[in-house]
Amino acid sequence: MADTVIDVHHHGAAGHDDHHHDQHWIVKYLWSTDHKIIAMQYMFTGMAMGVIGGFMAYVFRMQLAFPGISVPGFGQVSPGEYNALITNHGSIMIFWLAMPVLIAAFGNYLIPLMIGADDMVFPRINRLSFQIFFISVVVLLASLFVEGGGFGGAWTSYPPLSAESTYNLTTLGSTLWLTAVALEFVAFLLGGINFITTLMNSRAPGMRAYDIPMVCWMIVIASILFMLSVGPLIAGAVMLLFDQVLNTGFYDPARGGDPILWQHLFWFFGHPEVYVVLLPAIGITVDVIATFARKKLFGYKMVLYTAVATGVLSFFVWAHHQFIAGIDPRMANVFTVTTLLISVPIAEMCFVIIATLYGGSITLTTPMLWALAFMAEFLIGGVTGIFLGASGADIYFHDTYFVLAHFHYTFFPIAIIGTFCGFTYWFPKMFGRMMNETLGKIHFWGTIIPFNFIFIPLFVLGMGGQHRRIYNFQHFPELATDQMYSLRQVATIALLVMIAFQAVFVFNVVYSWLKGPKAGKNPWKANTLEWTTESPPPHGNWPPAELPNVYRGPYEYGHPDREEDYWPQNEPA
Amino acid sequence: MAHARPIATTRSATGIPTGRLAVWWVLASEVVIFGGLLGTYLMHRLGHPEWADAAAHTQTWIGALNTFVLLTSSFTAVLGHQAAERGNGKEAAKYLGFTILGALTFLVVKSFEWYNEISHGYTITANTFWSFYYTAAGLHALHVIAGAIIMGVVAVDAFRGRGLHRVELIGIYWHLVDVDWILLFHLLYIAK
Repeated sequence: MADTVIDVHHHGAAGHDDHHHDQHWIVKYLWSTDHKIIAMQYMFTGMAMGVIGGFMAYVFRMQLAFPGISVPGFGQVSPGEYNALITNHGSIMIFWLAMPVLIAAFGNYLIPLMIGADDMVFPRINRLSFQIFFISVVVLLASLFVEGGGFGGAWTSYPPLSAESTYNLTTLGSTLWLTAVALEFVAFLLGGINFITTLMNSRAPGMRAYDIPMVCWMIVIASILFMLSVGPLIAGAVMLLFDQVLNTGFYDPARGGDPILWQHLFWFFGHPEVYVVLLPAIGITVDVIATFARKKLFGYKMVLYTAVATGVLSFFVWAHHQFIAGIDPRMANVFTVTTLLISVPIAEMCFVIIATLYGGSITLTTPMLWALAFMAEFLIGGVTGIFLGASGADIYFHDTYFVLAHFHYTFFPIAIIGTFCGFTYWFPKMFGRMMNETLGKIHFWGTIIPFNFIFIPLFVLGMGGQHRRIYNFQHFPELATDQMYSLRQVATIALLVMIAFQAVFVFNVVYSWLKGPKAGKNPWKANTLEWTTESPPPHGNWPPAELPNVYRGPYEYGHPDREEDYWPQNEPA
Repeated sequence: MAHARPIATTRSATGIPTGRLAVWWVLASEVVIFGGLLGTYLMHRLGHPEWADAAAHTQTWIGALNTFVLLTSSFTAVLGHQAAERGNGKEAAKYLGFTILGALTFLVVKSFEWYNEISHGYTITANTFWSFYYTAAGLHALHVIAGAIIMGVVAVDAFRGRGLHRVELIGIYWHLVDVDWILLFHLLYIAK
């Protein structure tokens, strides 16, 4: 047996080298099994979808602030288009931006590099995962252009609106939307199995469980959470599909079904999903903060166990989305308690980060700014969640812009700030060049300041009773006051400013990619294994004979016995 | 040529071979899919005692026959695994062939049963019990089809003496298909 293994080693390694150089670029970049190329495919597809999702936000925010205006680049927004825009904005930002970038792109890029492996354990399944994901993108985009327009029943897709085409008026659009989401789930199940198995089995010799960099742990815990929560929703989605296409009555009370059933199945997935995207973002943040505070991560095991505890708890909080859906009030009490409990592990993570920063020698590089901003902004999202988790307060706040502002204060830090944090931190590794710090900081402040100007007014509007899912507030005199309109306009103008500043980021990426100073292997003087290979890493990551061994944990910064303030994981003692 | 396996695939920090580990995770993801569907069905069934009238029309003896067929096919899958352990690819392929035959028998019986039921008016839209009946059994049948196809690929490889470890992996998956069916048999046929 041992002989065959060694034999495979040689084969694998030789196969890598003589294959990759003289391939056609289509094979190399579009049909590759290399985890780094697949990561880039996910990254740029995800970011492109983010641009589309952002454009949608721009169109409907214009309509809300200036009702009836002909939106530049889109034209007048009809009520049906408005519904399709908000629905697909939500779906895209969660399923086609946050998931592919935070889990699939960073997971694919970082897990093999950080655990000292040459690739994922199943490279072809990895490629299949992206291909299915790409089909889901095409199906979703196609759903926007079919007869009747895109699906407009919100990303939560509650029946009967989503099930009955006589209500939603988008027969084909809603079915295509559902199909796209289902394909996306398949892609992430395949990817997730790959991530979990790779982390469990393919670590470098010497790397024990507690030597794994936190971001890898977080992505894998998130993959497990996703896998265990999405199953019931897949079953539920099949039922919804049958309701749409075959005219069954799973969600139709007139025929023995139950519309609340969908809400249970959806949120049993939907709430863990928040942590599915949150944990990778926290993992990125924690790694970046330890590097730029030049200090050992405070409480490695505590962060890890806390993440697991969060994951377990997240399966018992879902009904806080349904407090006013007619569920048993006694059940609402139980879910209030579990929901408030889940703030404990999250608060613990904040304290861990603060404790890591305490006494560190902090450098405020662009990735570090993003990491700090993540904590600060996510904190606001977390704290406002307490109001909504308490069933008494939620009865008032439910379905207002307070809810909307709350979850944007969680998802924006996760999906946007977390992505920028990871992207700017690993950019030198991914592309071999340093990003421009000045442009990076301009982009940072140009994003963070407008972000708060968008959503703080929405908190105020929500507390003032502004309901969600309203196409034109002029139809509701008590919501059409001058003060309310000026707040809406502040939010919309802030959005325009934020979008404008993204040009700085695009320019910075292109400019640095072409002209930036060479990064070298380890520009941040970080400990983890990805910094021990070339930037960008070659196919196979390290020469086969030089795959690293691991001697210590990932956060040994500022060790008193050493000259250098860092201690790479692969350096023998 | 065959795909070059990365070194990562040959490592085993847990001591469990990578393929087997991955199959267990596939099983975990399948369990929650079936779990969600069957859990939903159970909740509904408890809330709708009148579904017993509809359930009375499912044909227990056909279900029992199919249970027998599937269990037998699982048995031959185990024999195939044993043959593969001994390194006898041809014999492993033979037993997997029997298992595929079992899968086909299962599907033929199922088609006959559904044809019969649909022609009596018990279609997927007849009422919510029948909707669950066809959805759950249909999802299961999809797994039978997928499993049989993959088993065919594994059997052809095993016949040529390649990838013998896969015989065990598809066997593990096939047991899941089996267990799912046993749950369905009890919930849809026996519990009148």
